[in-house]
Amino acid sequence: MSITGSTVGTDKRGVRELGGEEKVGWDEVQQGVVLNSFDGTTEGAAFLKAEERNYADFNSYTATVASWRIIKPVYNRDICIDCQNCWVWCPDTSIISRDKQMLGIDYDHCKGCGVCVEVCPTNPKSLLMFSEATDNDEALAGWPVKEKKEK
Amino acid sequence: MAKEFDLNEVEVWDGNYAASQALRQAQIDVVAAYPITPSTPIVEGYGAYVANGYVDGEFVMVESEHAAMSGCVGAAAAGGRVATATSSQGFALMAEVLYQASGMRLPIVLTVVNRALASPLNVRGDHSDMYLGRDSGWIQLDAFNAQEAYDLPLCAFKIGENLDVRLPVMVHQDGFTTSHKAQNVYPLKDETAYNFVGDYVPVDEMLDFTRPVTHGAQTEEDWHYEHKAKQHKALMDSRPVIDEVFAQFKELTGREYKRVETYMMEDAEVALILLGSSVESAVLAAKQLREEEGIKAGIIAPRCFRPFPYDLVRDALDVPTLKAVSCMDKSAPGGAMGALFNEVSAAAYTTSSRPLISNYIYGLGGRDFAIDEAKRIMKEQKAHADAGHITTNIQQFSGLRGPKLGFYETRRS
Repeated sequence: MSITGSTVGTDKRGVRELGGEEKVGWDEVQQGVVLNSFDGTTEGAAFLKAEERNYADFNSYTATVASWRIIKPVYNRDICIDCQNCWVWCPDTSIISRDKQMLGIDYDHCKGCGVCVEVCPTNPKSLLMFSEATDNDEALAGWPVKEKKEK
Repeated sequence: MAKEFDLNEVEVWDGNYAASQALRQAQIDVVAAYPITPSTPIVEGYGAYVANGYVDGEFVMVESEHAAMSGCVGAAAAGGRVATATSSQGFALMAEVLYQASGMRLPIVLTVVNRALASPLNVRGDHSDMYLGRDSGWIQLDAFNAQEAYDLPLCAFKIGENLDVRLPVMVHQDGFTTSHKAQNVYPLKDETAYNFVGDYVPVDEMLDFTRPVTHGAQTEEDWHYEHKAKQHKALMDSRPVIDEVFAQFKELTGREYKRVETYMMEDAEVALILLGSSVESAVLAAKQLREEEGIKAGIIAPRCFRPFPYDLVRDALDVPTLKAVSCMDKSAPGGAMGALFNEVSAAAYTTSSRPLISNYIYGLGGRDFAIDEAKRIMKEQKAHADAGHITTNIQQFSGLRGPKLGFYETRRS
Protein backbone atom coordinates (compact mmCIF):
# COMPACT_ATOMS: atom_id res chain seq x y z
CA MET A 1 0.00 0.00 0.00
CA SER A 2 1.14 3.51 -0.68
CA ILE A 3 1.75 5.73 2.31
CA THR A 4 1.00 9.41 2.42
CA GLY A 5 3.77 11.11 4.32
CA SER A 6 7.53 10.97 4.49
CA THR A 7 9.45 7.89 5.48
CA VAL A 8 13.14 7.38 6.05
CA GLY A 9 15.44 4.37 6.22
CA THR A 10 13.96 0.88 6.14
CA ASP A 11 10.43 1.64 7.22
CA LYS A 12 8.61 -1.64 8.03
CA ARG A 13 5.13 -0.12 8.09
CA GLY A 14 2.63 -2.43 6.46
CA VAL A 15 5.26 -4.59 4.77
CA ARG A 16 3.00 -7.66 4.97
CA GLU A 17 -0.67 -8.52 4.87
CA LEU A 18 -2.13 -9.39 8.28
CA GLY A 19 -1.91 -13.19 8.40
CA GLY A 20 0.80 -13.14 5.75
CA GLU A 21 3.50 -13.96 8.29
CA GLU A 22 5.41 -17.22 8.10
CA LYS A 23 3.50 -20.05 9.80
CA VAL A 24 5.48 -22.28 12.14
CA GLY A 25 4.50 -25.49 13.96
CA TRP A 26 3.49 -25.89 17.60
CA ASP A 27 7.09 -26.61 18.57
CA GLU A 28 8.29 -23.23 17.32
CA VAL A 29 5.57 -20.85 18.52
CA GLN A 30 6.50 -18.47 21.32
CA GLN A 31 5.63 -19.81 24.78
CA GLY A 32 2.64 -18.05 26.29
CA VAL A 33 1.85 -16.22 23.02
CA VAL A 34 4.33 -13.56 24.10
CA LEU A 35 5.13 -11.25 21.18
CA ASN A 36 8.29 -9.16 20.93
CA SER A 37 7.70 -5.56 19.93
CA PHE A 38 11.12 -5.11 18.34
CA ASP A 39 13.88 -7.16 16.78
CA GLY A 40 17.32 -6.65 18.23
CA THR A 41 18.15 -3.94 20.69
CA THR A 42 15.49 -1.51 21.84
CA GLU A 43 17.96 1.00 23.19
CA GLY A 44 16.78 4.54 22.43
CA ALA A 45 13.65 3.28 20.65
CA ALA A 46 11.57 5.82 22.55
CA PHE A 47 13.51 8.61 20.84
CA LEU A 48 13.15 7.22 17.34
CA LYS A 49 10.32 7.93 14.96
CA ALA A 50 8.10 4.96 14.16
CA GLU A 51 9.57 4.54 10.68
CA GLU A 52 13.07 4.35 12.16
CA ARG A 53 12.34 1.59 14.66
CA ASN A 54 13.17 -2.05 14.05
CA TYR A 55 9.67 -3.41 14.64
CA ALA A 56 9.33 -7.19 14.96
CA ASP A 57 7.32 -9.22 12.46
CA PHE A 58 4.49 -9.70 14.94
CA ASN A 59 4.18 -6.01 15.73
CA SER A 60 1.00 -4.65 14.16
CA TYR A 61 3.06 -1.81 12.67
CA THR A 62 4.49 -4.20 10.10
CA ALA A 63 1.09 -5.56 9.04
CA THR A 64 -1.29 -3.82 6.67
CA VAL A 65 -5.02 -4.01 7.28
CA ALA A 66 -5.91 -1.65 4.45
CA SER A 67 -8.29 -4.26 3.02
CA TRP A 68 -10.60 -3.86 6.02
CA ARG A 69 -11.54 -0.35 4.87
CA ILE A 70 -14.39 0.50 2.47
CA ILE A 71 -14.33 4.28 2.88
CA LYS A 72 -11.24 6.38 3.47
CA PRO A 73 -10.37 9.85 4.73
CA VAL A 74 -8.66 12.12 2.21
CA TYR A 75 -6.48 14.94 3.55
CA ASN A 76 -6.40 18.44 2.06
CA ARG A 77 -3.16 20.21 2.96
CA ASP A 78 -4.37 23.54 1.54
CA ILE A 79 -7.05 23.98 4.19
CA CYS A 80 -5.48 22.26 7.24
CA ILE A 81 -4.44 24.54 10.14
CA ASP A 82 -2.32 21.82 11.88
CA CYS A 83 -4.46 21.91 14.99
CA GLN A 84 -3.68 18.19 15.65
CA ASN A 85 -7.28 17.40 16.60
CA CYS A 86 -7.35 14.42 14.22
CA TRP A 87 -4.01 13.17 15.54
CA VAL A 88 -5.32 13.27 19.10
CA TRP A 89 -8.60 11.54 18.31
CA CYS A 90 -7.56 8.86 15.81
CA PRO A 91 -8.08 5.52 17.62
CA ASP A 92 -5.46 3.73 15.51
CA THR A 93 -2.63 6.32 15.48
CA SER A 94 -3.11 6.54 11.73
CA ILE A 95 -2.63 10.29 11.43
CA ILE A 96 0.99 10.96 10.53
CA SER A 97 2.27 14.16 12.08
CA ARG A 98 5.80 15.45 12.63
CA ASP A 99 6.78 18.54 14.58
CA LYS A 100 3.11 19.41 14.91
CA GLN A 101 2.67 19.43 11.17
CA MET A 102 0.14 17.12 9.51
CA LEU A 103 1.73 14.92 6.86
CA GLY A 104 -1.13 12.63 5.97
CA ILE A 105 -2.91 9.36 6.62
CA ASP A 106 -1.36 5.96 7.37
CA TYR A 107 -3.49 3.99 4.92
CA ASP A 108 -2.01 0.69 6.11
CA HIS A 109 -3.65 1.01 9.51
CA CYS A 110 -6.59 3.41 9.00
CA LYS A 111 -9.90 1.52 9.29
CA GLY A 112 -11.98 4.33 7.80
CA CYS A 113 -13.92 5.11 10.97
CA GLY A 114 -14.27 8.82 10.11
CA VAL A 115 -13.48 10.20 13.55
CA CYS A 116 -10.79 12.48 12.09
CA VAL A 117 -13.33 14.05 9.75
CA GLU A 118 -15.79 14.48 12.59
CA VAL A 119 -13.33 16.37 14.79
CA CYS A 120 -11.79 18.53 12.03
CA PRO A 121 -12.71 22.16 12.88
CA THR A 122 -11.93 23.92 9.57
CA ASN A 123 -14.49 25.25 7.09
CA PRO A 124 -14.55 23.45 4.74
CA LYS A 125 -13.09 20.39 6.49
CA SER A 126 -9.50 19.43 5.75
CA LEU A 127 -10.42 15.74 5.91
CA LEU A 128 -13.38 14.17 4.14
CA MET A 129 -14.50 10.57 3.65
CA PHE A 130 -14.57 9.08 0.13
CA SER A 131 -15.15 5.66 -1.32
CA GLU A 132 -12.04 3.49 -1.21
CA ALA A 133 -12.19 3.36 -5.00
CA THR A 134 -12.04 7.15 -5.44
CA ASP A 135 -8.69 8.54 -6.60
CA ASN A 136 -7.24 11.01 -4.06
CA ASP A 137 -6.40 13.66 -6.70
CA GLU A 138 -9.96 13.42 -8.02
CA ALA A 139 -11.29 13.85 -4.48
CA LEU A 140 -9.12 16.91 -3.91
CA ALA A 141 -10.19 18.45 -7.26
CA GLY A 142 -13.82 18.38 -6.24
CA TRP A 143 -13.29 19.65 -2.67
CA PRO A 144 -16.23 21.73 -1.37
CA VAL A 145 -15.87 25.50 -0.84
CA LYS A 146 -16.31 27.42 2.40
CA GLU A 147 -19.89 27.52 3.64
CA LYS A 148 -21.06 31.01 4.44
CA LYS A 149 -23.12 31.53 7.54
CA GLU A 150 -26.65 32.63 6.83
CA LYS A 151 -27.56 35.94 8.35
CA MET B 1 13.86 -7.66 54.27
CA ALA B 2 11.07 -9.69 55.80
CA LYS B 3 11.22 -10.68 59.45
CA GLU B 4 11.68 -14.33 60.34
CA PHE B 5 8.56 -16.01 61.75
CA ASP B 6 9.21 -17.95 64.91
CA LEU B 7 7.99 -21.51 64.34
CA ASN B 8 8.00 -24.59 66.58
CA GLU B 9 9.09 -27.98 65.31
CA VAL B 10 5.46 -29.03 65.45
CA GLU B 11 2.58 -26.58 65.22
CA VAL B 12 -1.18 -27.09 65.56
CA TRP B 13 -2.53 -25.60 62.37
CA ASP B 14 -5.64 -26.00 60.30
CA GLY B 15 -5.33 -26.36 56.53
CA ASN B 16 -5.98 -22.70 55.84
CA TYR B 17 -3.32 -21.46 58.23
CA ALA B 18 -0.89 -24.07 56.94
CA ALA B 19 -1.43 -22.85 53.36
CA SER B 20 -1.03 -19.19 54.35
CA GLN B 21 2.28 -19.97 56.08
CA ALA B 22 3.52 -21.71 52.95
CA LEU B 23 2.62 -18.66 50.84
CA ARG B 24 4.48 -16.43 53.31
CA GLN B 25 7.58 -18.59 53.26
CA ALA B 26 7.63 -18.50 49.45
CA GLN B 27 7.86 -14.69 49.81
CA ILE B 28 5.16 -13.95 47.25
CA ASP B 29 5.36 -10.53 45.62
CA VAL B 30 1.65 -10.03 45.02
CA VAL B 31 -1.58 -11.52 46.35
CA ALA B 32 -4.70 -10.13 44.68
CA ALA B 33 -7.66 -11.58 46.51
CA TYR B 34 -11.38 -11.45 47.11
CA PRO B 35 -11.81 -13.68 50.16
CA ILE B 36 -14.55 -16.32 50.24
CA THR B 37 -15.59 -19.04 52.70
CA PRO B 38 -13.97 -21.42 53.52
CA SER B 39 -10.64 -20.17 52.08
CA THR B 40 -10.79 -16.68 53.63
CA PRO B 41 -8.12 -17.26 56.32
CA ILE B 42 -5.46 -18.03 53.68
CA VAL B 43 -5.43 -14.54 52.19
CA GLU B 44 -6.37 -12.97 55.52
CA GLY B 45 -3.22 -14.56 56.93
CA TYR B 46 -1.11 -13.28 54.05
CA GLY B 47 -2.50 -9.76 54.62
CA ALA B 48 -1.47 -9.95 58.26
CA TYR B 49 2.05 -11.11 57.33
CA VAL B 50 2.40 -8.14 54.96
CA ALA B 51 1.10 -5.71 57.60
CA ASN B 52 3.41 -7.10 60.27
CA GLY B 53 6.53 -7.22 58.13
CA TYR B 54 6.79 -10.99 57.71
CA VAL B 55 6.71 -10.78 53.94
CA ASP B 56 7.90 -8.23 51.37
CA GLY B 57 4.85 -8.15 49.18
CA GLU B 58 1.70 -6.40 48.10
CA PHE B 59 -1.83 -7.35 49.07
CA VAL B 60 -4.19 -6.06 46.38
CA MET B 61 -7.83 -5.78 47.35
CA VAL B 62 -10.14 -6.19 44.37
CA GLU B 63 -13.87 -6.13 43.66
CA SER B 64 -14.44 -9.76 42.64
CA GLU B 65 -12.72 -13.08 42.11
CA HIS B 66 -12.61 -12.34 38.38
CA ALA B 67 -10.63 -9.22 39.25
CA ALA B 68 -8.54 -11.16 41.77
CA MET B 69 -7.27 -13.61 39.17
CA SER B 70 -6.95 -10.77 36.64
CA GLY B 71 -4.75 -8.91 39.12
CA CYS B 72 -2.69 -12.06 39.58
CA VAL B 73 -2.30 -12.43 35.80
CA GLY B 74 -1.13 -8.83 35.49
CA ALA B 75 1.31 -9.11 38.37
CA ALA B 76 2.66 -12.42 37.10
CA ALA B 77 3.09 -11.05 33.56
CA ALA B 78 4.88 -8.07 35.07
CA GLY B 79 7.37 -10.52 36.56
CA GLY B 80 6.33 -11.31 40.14
CA ARG B 81 5.73 -14.45 42.17
CA VAL B 82 1.99 -14.45 42.64
CA ALA B 83 -0.65 -16.45 44.50
CA THR B 84 -4.21 -16.20 45.73
CA ALA B 85 -6.96 -18.37 47.24
CA THR B 86 -10.58 -19.04 46.47
CA SER B 87 -13.49 -21.49 46.73
CA SER B 88 -16.72 -22.43 45.02
CA GLN B 89 -18.62 -19.46 43.55
CA GLY B 90 -15.44 -17.42 43.61
CA PHE B 91 -13.66 -20.16 41.71
CA ALA B 92 -16.50 -20.19 39.18
CA LEU B 93 -16.19 -16.44 38.71
CA MET B 94 -12.44 -16.84 38.21
CA ALA B 95 -12.93 -19.53 35.58
CA GLU B 96 -12.52 -17.25 32.57
CA VAL B 97 -9.23 -15.87 33.84
CA LEU B 98 -7.89 -19.30 34.83
CA TYR B 99 -7.67 -20.11 31.13
CA GLN B 100 -5.87 -16.81 30.49
CA ALA B 101 -3.29 -17.58 33.18
CA SER B 102 -2.47 -21.04 31.81
CA GLY B 103 -2.47 -19.92 28.17
CA MET B 104 -0.13 -17.07 29.05
CA ARG B 105 2.06 -19.62 30.86
CA LEU B 106 2.11 -17.69 34.14
CA PRO B 107 3.09 -19.86 37.13
CA ILE B 108 0.53 -18.49 39.58
CA VAL B 109 -0.33 -20.64 42.59
CA LEU B 110 -4.00 -20.82 43.52
CA THR B 111 -4.88 -22.44 46.82
CA VAL B 112 -8.40 -23.76 46.41
CA VAL B 113 -10.41 -24.78 49.44
CA ASN B 114 -12.94 -27.08 47.80
CA ARG B 115 -16.57 -26.20 48.31
CA ALA B 116 -19.87 -27.07 46.65
CA LEU B 117 -21.32 -24.95 43.84
CA ALA B 118 -24.79 -23.40 44.08
CA SER B 119 -27.67 -23.82 43.58
CA PRO B 120 -28.69 -24.55 46.33
CA LEU B 121 -26.09 -22.33 47.95
CA ASN B 122 -23.81 -24.33 50.22
CA VAL B 123 -20.56 -23.48 52.01
CA ARG B 124 -19.46 -27.07 52.78
CA GLY B 125 -16.80 -29.07 51.08
CA ASP B 126 -17.23 -31.09 47.93
CA HIS B 127 -15.22 -31.26 44.73
CA SER B 128 -17.47 -29.30 42.35
CA ASP B 129 -15.05 -26.38 42.09
CA MET B 130 -12.01 -28.63 41.70
CA TYR B 131 -13.75 -30.48 38.86
CA LEU B 132 -14.76 -27.18 37.24
CA GLY B 133 -11.06 -26.37 36.89
CA ARG B 134 -10.01 -29.62 35.30
CA ASP B 135 -9.90 -28.41 31.67
CA SER B 136 -8.41 -25.01 32.53
CA GLY B 137 -4.82 -26.01 31.75
CA TRP B 138 -3.62 -25.72 35.36
CA ILE B 139 -1.69 -28.35 37.27
CA GLN B 140 -3.97 -29.53 40.09
CA LEU B 141 -2.51 -31.02 43.27
CA ASP B 142 -4.69 -32.32 46.08
CA ALA B 143 -3.90 -32.12 49.81
CA PHE B 144 -5.65 -34.64 52.03
CA ASN B 145 -4.76 -33.02 55.40
CA ALA B 146 -3.26 -29.87 56.95
CA GLN B 147 0.36 -31.04 56.67
CA GLU B 148 -0.12 -31.56 52.94
CA ALA B 149 -1.91 -28.21 52.67
CA TYR B 150 1.40 -26.75 53.90
CA ASP B 151 3.78 -28.96 51.92
CA LEU B 152 2.11 -28.89 48.52
CA PRO B 153 2.07 -25.10 47.94
CA LEU B 154 5.84 -25.09 48.51
CA CYS B 155 6.15 -27.82 45.87
CA ALA B 156 3.64 -26.00 43.65
CA PHE B 157 5.84 -22.92 43.20
CA LYS B 158 8.82 -25.07 42.38
CA ILE B 159 6.85 -27.12 39.85
CA GLY B 160 5.03 -24.26 38.14
CA GLU B 161 8.08 -21.99 37.96
CA ASN B 162 10.32 -24.68 36.47
CA LEU B 163 11.38 -23.21 33.13
CA ASP B 164 10.31 -26.39 31.32
CA VAL B 165 6.84 -26.14 32.87
CA ARG B 166 5.86 -22.47 33.34
CA LEU B 167 2.25 -23.30 34.19
CA PRO B 168 -0.06 -22.20 37.01
CA VAL B 169 -0.74 -24.68 39.80
CA MET B 170 -3.77 -25.19 42.01
CA VAL B 171 -3.36 -26.77 45.42
CA HIS B 172 -6.69 -28.14 46.62
CA GLN B 173 -7.83 -29.01 50.12
CA ASP B 174 -11.32 -29.89 51.33
CA GLY B 175 -13.49 -27.15 52.79
CA PHE B 176 -13.82 -27.41 56.58
CA THR B 177 -12.74 -31.05 56.92
CA THR B 178 -9.19 -29.95 56.04
CA SER B 179 -9.31 -26.16 55.99
CA HIS B 180 -10.76 -25.78 59.50
CA LYS B 181 -9.54 -28.91 61.25
CA ALA B 182 -6.49 -28.24 63.44
CA GLN B 183 -3.86 -30.95 63.18
CA ASN B 184 -0.18 -31.37 63.94
CA VAL B 185 1.89 -29.78 61.19
CA TYR B 186 5.67 -29.92 60.94
CA PRO B 187 6.73 -26.68 59.23
CA LEU B 188 10.15 -25.88 57.79
CA LYS B 189 12.20 -22.96 59.02
CA ASP B 190 11.64 -19.87 56.90
CA GLU B 191 15.07 -20.02 55.31
CA THR B 192 14.84 -23.74 54.58
CA ALA B 193 11.43 -23.37 52.97
CA TYR B 194 12.48 -20.38 50.87
CA ASN B 195 15.66 -22.07 49.73
CA PHE B 196 13.62 -25.10 48.67
CA VAL B 197 11.26 -22.94 46.60
CA GLY B 198 14.15 -20.81 45.29
CA ASP B 199 14.31 -17.29 43.87
CA TYR B 200 11.69 -16.45 41.30
CA VAL B 201 13.07 -16.40 37.75
CA PRO B 202 10.87 -14.15 35.61
CA VAL B 203 10.28 -14.99 31.95
CA ASP B 204 9.26 -12.40 29.32
CA GLU B 205 8.38 -10.02 32.14
CA MET B 206 6.66 -6.78 31.18
CA LEU B 207 8.80 -4.78 33.61
CA ASP B 208 11.88 -5.53 31.51
CA PHE B 209 11.93 -2.23 29.64
CA THR B 210 14.91 -3.27 27.54
CA ARG B 211 12.69 -5.79 25.78
CA PRO B 212 9.07 -4.68 25.36
CA VAL B 213 6.64 -7.57 24.86
CA THR B 214 2.95 -8.05 24.26
CA HIS B 215 1.13 -10.42 26.65
CA GLY B 216 -2.37 -11.75 26.04
CA ALA B 217 -2.37 -11.53 22.25
CA GLN B 218 -5.31 -12.62 20.13
CA THR B 219 -4.84 -15.50 17.71
CA GLU B 220 -7.39 -16.90 15.28
CA GLU B 221 -7.60 -20.15 13.36
CA ASP B 222 -4.11 -19.76 11.89
CA TRP B 223 -2.24 -19.71 15.24
CA HIS B 224 -4.51 -20.61 18.18
CA TYR B 225 -4.33 -24.40 17.69
CA GLU B 226 -0.51 -24.52 17.73
CA HIS B 227 -0.38 -22.49 20.94
CA LYS B 228 -2.94 -24.71 22.69
CA ALA B 229 -1.09 -27.85 21.56
CA LYS B 230 2.20 -26.49 22.91
CA GLN B 231 0.47 -25.63 26.20
CA HIS B 232 -1.03 -29.12 26.48
CA LYS B 233 2.37 -30.68 25.86
CA ALA B 234 3.87 -28.56 28.64
CA LEU B 235 1.15 -29.83 30.98
CA MET B 236 1.69 -33.46 29.98
CA ASP B 237 5.47 -33.04 30.23
CA SER B 238 5.18 -31.57 33.74
CA ARG B 239 4.82 -35.12 35.13
CA PRO B 240 8.55 -35.89 35.53
CA VAL B 241 9.10 -32.40 36.97
CA ILE B 242 6.40 -33.02 39.58
CA ASP B 243 8.05 -36.36 40.40
CA GLU B 244 11.46 -34.67 40.71
CA VAL B 245 10.16 -31.88 42.97
CA PHE B 246 8.42 -34.45 45.18
CA ALA B 247 11.71 -36.38 45.37
CA GLN B 248 13.61 -33.25 46.42
CA PHE B 249 10.93 -32.49 49.01
CA LYS B 250 11.29 -36.00 50.43
CA GLU B 251 15.03 -35.53 50.68
CA LEU B 252 14.50 -32.32 52.63
CA THR B 253 11.64 -33.38 54.91
CA GLY B 254 11.30 -37.16 54.78
CA ARG B 255 7.70 -36.68 53.65
CA GLU B 256 7.00 -38.58 50.44
CA TYR B 257 4.46 -37.58 47.82
CA LYS B 258 3.56 -39.32 44.59
CA ARG B 259 1.30 -38.30 41.72
CA VAL B 260 -0.82 -41.29 42.68
CA GLU B 261 -0.84 -42.46 46.27
CA THR B 262 -1.56 -46.13 46.84
CA TYR B 263 -2.33 -47.92 50.09
CA MET B 264 -2.28 -51.71 50.49
CA MET B 265 -2.60 -52.26 46.75
CA GLU B 266 0.12 -54.93 46.48
CA ASP B 267 -2.33 -57.82 46.98
CA ALA B 268 -5.66 -55.96 46.82
CA GLU B 269 -8.73 -57.68 45.39
CA VAL B 270 -10.99 -54.65 45.75
CA ALA B 271 -10.21 -50.95 45.88
CA LEU B 272 -11.68 -47.50 46.23
CA ILE B 273 -10.32 -44.62 44.19
CA LEU B 274 -10.99 -41.23 45.68
CA LEU B 275 -9.65 -37.74 46.38
CA GLY B 276 -9.28 -35.33 49.27
CA SER B 277 -9.95 -35.73 52.96
CA SER B 278 -11.97 -38.92 52.35
CA VAL B 279 -8.76 -40.75 51.49
CA GLU B 280 -7.67 -41.09 55.12
CA SER B 281 -11.12 -42.39 56.16
CA ALA B 282 -11.04 -44.89 53.29
CA VAL B 283 -7.56 -46.12 54.23
CA LEU B 284 -8.75 -46.73 57.80
CA ALA B 285 -11.82 -48.55 56.48
CA ALA B 286 -9.66 -50.75 54.23
CA LYS B 287 -7.40 -51.67 57.15
CA GLN B 288 -10.41 -52.60 59.28
CA LEU B 289 -11.91 -54.69 56.48
CA ARG B 290 -8.69 -56.63 56.14
CA GLU B 291 -8.57 -57.29 59.89
CA GLU B 292 -12.26 -57.94 60.50
CA GLU B 293 -13.35 -59.78 57.36
CA GLY B 294 -10.18 -60.74 55.57
CA ILE B 295 -11.21 -58.75 52.50
CA LYS B 296 -8.10 -57.59 50.70
CA ALA B 297 -8.97 -53.94 50.25
CA GLY B 298 -6.74 -51.17 48.96
CA ILE B 299 -6.98 -47.48 48.22
CA ILE B 300 -5.82 -45.43 45.22
CA ALA B 301 -5.74 -41.64 45.59
CA PRO B 302 -4.61 -39.37 42.74
CA ARG B 303 -2.49 -36.68 44.38
CA CYS B 304 -2.23 -34.96 41.02
CA PHE B 305 -5.63 -34.48 39.35
CA ARG B 306 -4.20 -32.61 36.34
CA PRO B 307 -2.22 -33.64 34.44
CA PHE B 308 -4.26 -36.78 35.07
CA PRO B 309 -1.79 -39.55 35.96
CA TYR B 310 -3.03 -42.17 33.50
CA ASP B 311 0.39 -43.80 33.67
CA LEU B 312 0.47 -44.26 37.43
CA VAL B 313 -3.25 -45.04 37.77
CA ARG B 314 -2.78 -47.77 35.17
CA ASP B 315 0.20 -49.09 37.13
CA ALA B 316 -1.79 -48.97 40.36
CA LEU B 317 -4.64 -50.93 38.73
CA ASP B 318 -2.35 -53.46 37.07
CA VAL B 319 -2.37 -55.76 40.07
CA PRO B 320 -3.13 -59.39 39.09
CA THR B 321 -5.30 -59.92 42.16
CA LEU B 322 -7.43 -56.81 41.61
CA LYS B 323 -11.00 -57.63 40.59
CA ALA B 324 -13.29 -54.68 41.36
CA VAL B 325 -12.84 -51.00 42.09
CA SER B 326 -15.23 -48.15 42.75
CA CYS B 327 -14.45 -44.59 41.73
CA MET B 328 -15.81 -42.09 44.22
CA ASP B 329 -16.79 -38.73 42.78
CA LYS B 330 -17.57 -35.90 45.22
CA SER B 331 -19.18 -33.70 42.58
CA ALA B 332 -22.61 -33.73 40.95
CA PRO B 333 -21.92 -35.45 37.63
CA GLY B 334 -24.30 -33.31 35.53
CA GLY B 335 -25.62 -35.98 33.18
CA ALA B 336 -22.60 -38.24 32.95
CA MET B 337 -20.60 -40.70 34.98
CA GLY B 338 -18.33 -39.05 37.55
CA ALA B 339 -15.14 -37.58 36.13
CA LEU B 340 -12.90 -39.84 38.18
CA PHE B 341 -14.81 -42.87 36.88
CA ASN B 342 -14.26 -41.74 33.31
CA GLU B 343 -10.55 -41.03 33.75
CA VAL B 344 -9.84 -44.20 35.70
CA SER B 345 -11.81 -46.32 33.24
CA ALA B 346 -9.70 -44.94 30.41
CA ALA B 347 -6.53 -45.81 32.31
CA ALA B 348 -7.84 -49.27 33.30
CA TYR B 349 -8.74 -50.15 29.72
CA THR B 350 -5.03 -50.43 28.92
CA THR B 351 -4.29 -52.83 31.79
CA SER B 352 -4.22 -56.60 31.47
CA SER B 353 -6.26 -57.14 34.64
CA ARG B 354 -9.14 -54.85 33.57
CA PRO B 355 -10.95 -54.78 36.92
CA LEU B 356 -14.69 -54.16 37.14
CA ILE B 357 -15.19 -50.43 37.64
CA SER B 358 -18.23 -48.80 39.17
CA ASN B 359 -19.00 -45.25 40.19
CA TYR B 360 -20.28 -43.71 43.41
CA ILE B 361 -21.36 -40.13 43.80
CA TYR B 362 -20.91 -39.13 47.45
CA GLY B 363 -20.41 -36.32 49.94
CA LEU B 364 -22.15 -33.56 47.98
CA GLY B 365 -22.47 -30.28 49.85
CA GLY B 366 -20.44 -31.66 52.75
CA ARG B 367 -22.57 -34.80 53.34
CA ASP B 368 -20.61 -36.98 55.74
CA PHE B 369 -18.73 -39.98 54.40
CA ALA B 370 -18.24 -42.39 57.27
CA ILE B 371 -15.88 -45.33 57.66
CA ASP B 372 -18.79 -47.81 57.82
CA GLU B 373 -20.04 -46.55 54.46
CA ALA B 374 -16.57 -46.94 52.93
CA LYS B 375 -16.53 -50.53 54.24
CA ARG B 376 -20.01 -51.23 52.83
CA ILE B 377 -18.94 -50.00 49.39
CA MET B 378 -15.78 -52.11 49.46
CA LYS B 379 -17.82 -55.16 50.49
CA GLU B 380 -20.07 -54.47 47.54
CA GLN B 381 -16.97 -54.50 45.33
CA LYS B 382 -16.13 -57.90 46.81
CA ALA B 383 -19.61 -59.12 45.75
CA HIS B 384 -18.93 -57.83 42.21
CA ALA B 385 -15.59 -59.61 42.25
CA ASP B 386 -17.13 -62.91 43.40
CA ALA B 387 -19.94 -62.67 40.82
CA GLY B 388 -17.53 -61.73 38.05
CA HIS B 389 -19.69 -58.80 37.02
CA ILE B 390 -21.06 -55.57 38.48
CA THR B 391 -24.14 -56.68 40.43
CA THR B 392 -25.57 -53.19 40.91
CA ASN B 393 -26.11 -50.13 38.77
CA ILE B 394 -22.76 -48.88 37.52
CA GLN B 395 -23.41 -45.41 38.96
CA GLN B 396 -24.84 -45.22 42.48
CA PHE B 397 -25.22 -42.62 45.21
CA SER B 398 -23.73 -42.96 48.66
CA GLY B 399 -25.37 -41.43 51.72
CA LEU B 400 -28.43 -40.22 49.80
CA ARG B 401 -31.91 -40.21 51.41
CA GLY B 402 -34.95 -41.50 49.51
CA PRO B 403 -35.47 -44.39 47.06
CA LYS B 404 -32.30 -46.01 45.75
CA LEU B 405 -30.91 -44.05 42.81
CA GLY B 406 -28.68 -45.57 40.16
CA PHE B 407 -27.91 -45.57 36.44
CA TYR B 408 -26.63 -48.03 33.83
CA GLU B 409 -25.95 -51.71 34.14
CA THR B 410 -23.37 -53.98 32.59
CA ARG B 411 -24.81 -55.57 29.45
CA ARG B 412 -24.78 -59.34 29.85
CA SER B 413 -26.15 -61.90 27.38
